[in-house]
Amino acid sequence: MDWLNAIIQGTLLGGLYALFAAGLSLIFGVMRLVNIAHGDLIVLAAYLALSVVTATGIGPLWALVIVVPAMAVIGYVLQRGILNRVMGEDILPPLLVTFGLAVIIQNALLLGYSADPQKLDAGWLETASVKIGPFALGLLPLLTFAVAVVVVWGLQWMFYHTALGRAFRATSDKQDIAQLMGLNRAHVFGLAMAIALAVTAIAGVLLGIRTSFDPSIGGSRLIFGFEAVIIGGLGNLWGTLAGGVILGVAQAVGAKIDPGLQILAGHIVFLAILAIRPRGFFPRIDG
Amino acid sequence: MPEFLNILNLDAHYGDFQALYGITLHVDPGEVIAIIGANGAGKSTLMRSVSGLMKDGAEAIRFQGQKIGALRADQVAARGIALVPEGRQLFPSLSVEENLILGGQLGRKGPWSLKRIYDLFPILEERRHQPSTSLSGGQQQMVAIGRALMANPDLVMMDEISLGLAPVIIKQIYEALPGIVGQGMAAIIVEQDISKALSVSRRVYCLQEGRVSLEGASNSVSREEISRAYFGV
Ligand SMILES: Nc1ncnc2c1ncn2[C@@H]1O[C@H](COP(=O)(O)OP(=O)(O)O)[C@@H](O)[C@H]1O
Ligand SMILES: [Mg+2]
Repeated sequence: MDWLNAIIQGTLLGGLYALFAAGLSLIFGVMRLVNIAHGDLIVLAAYLALSVVTATGIGPLWALVIVVPAMAVIGYVLQRGILNRVMGEDILPPLLVTFGLAVIIQNALLLGYSADPQKLDAGWLETASVKIGPFALGLLPLLTFAVAVVVVWGLQWMFYHTALGRAFRATSDKQDIAQLMGLNRAHVFGLAMAIALAVTAIAGVLLGIRTSFDPSIGGSRLIFGFEAVIIGGLGNLWGTLAGGVILGVAQAVGAKIDPGLQILAGHIVFLAILAIRPRGFFPRIDG
Repeated sequence: MPEFLNILNLDAHYGDFQALYGITLHVDPGEVIAIIGANGAGKSTLMRSVSGLMKDGAEAIRFQGQKIGALRADQVAARGIALVPEGRQLFPSLSVEENLILGGQLGRKGPWSLKRIYDLFPILEERRHQPSTSLSGGQQQMVAIGRALMANPDLVMMDEISLGLAPVIIKQIYEALPGIVGQGMAAIIVEQDISKALSVSRRVYCLQEGRVSLEGASNSVSREEISRAYFGV
């Protein structure tokens, strides 16, 4: 029973990892950009929410009303102002730029908020739980998982049923030809980054409610996100959700064996899957 | 005659390699011209330059009285120039219909709509929900042509639309051409198939190693003139 409980808790945790990963997956799918700063952008979103909460006194989930659009704007400006200038045949320059960006964000957060751990206080939501059979499931993990499913479903729907999604797919297929059809690549990329960082904002707030955070934790969130994306298969959002769940379950089961094993178990499962299925479980069929 | 497409002394480069040397040509409103020339003569490079995919001719290319040489490809498209690129270049992640819709997403007004494209190529309506790359070569070419027409361009450029297709398919596509360009839309037809090119055009240009080697009325250029311009012998 304890094991089953660990698997269920791990699955719910996987929702958070899927939220870390969805933005990465989207950006890689549309523009083949690997964003090293992704984890630090998640942390930035958590701090933005903290500032909003402190300034207005509203709850952290309500702060999403401000943080989501703010992160989207940051994403669009970041893409058009900086990243588009270095994107091209060579994937190394944008990689280096996002690495530099990660360092800048971390140091800016240190300056602005110090290295003290912070937390977003969601009151009763953090301790509430629902009893399902013999299991007590935290309301917050349940909510997080539900949000992850809705976000992935929403992104998937946007991708396959809207004009914007069509533009994303066309640009991902053939940038030059998409431009011939009147799609300005720079703008399309900007919109993709805006949506990715809007998702990041949700991930950051849920992270900040779940655990305490400080400016240095972005790196490991990036790794979890990457692992979820790669386990699931590059460029496939439902795969990314599955990848997050697999990672979460691996960690929870590892922690059950020995609390010190939690993170390591996740990495080991990731490496094992990478060895057996280098393209992940659900890679994009074309391309 | 009002100005339409005017190219004056266009050069184009790939890195250090110069692909076009001082190209001068023009298209009048509603006119169909052909561009012929051997493999590697520079025909596709010329198409890429006009459509904004290559940034060489900032001063050299004028369309409807305005310099368009420095514009991005999406801005050129918005002014009314559409390209059917060599090798079709459909979007594999998009269905047939999505490819067509994407071609029309600038929303320019004109006679072409999904319905008109399906009237012209009924097979595409049957296949509308299939991935574009699951179609035969000829059907894919129809999608590529339809996608360009959906933009309701004032000038459509078709780069070797017969390349790699069976003669019977080529015939079918060329029979559709008068119905496409006969409505005021100007066209540049790039072909290696000289007789096809001459049969649909009013004037013809021949390129040879990046230069215009012949220019004339399609119904009066002689076979010898063409083979001299083509092969340089
Ligand atoms: N991407 C490229 N990089 C370098 N050289 C190219 C490229 N594309 C074409 N070329 C060269 O430019 C010249 C003209 O090519 P192209 O315009 O494709 O000719 P055509 O369409 O008439 O067959 C050729 O010598 C070709 O090798
Ligand atoms: Mg060519």
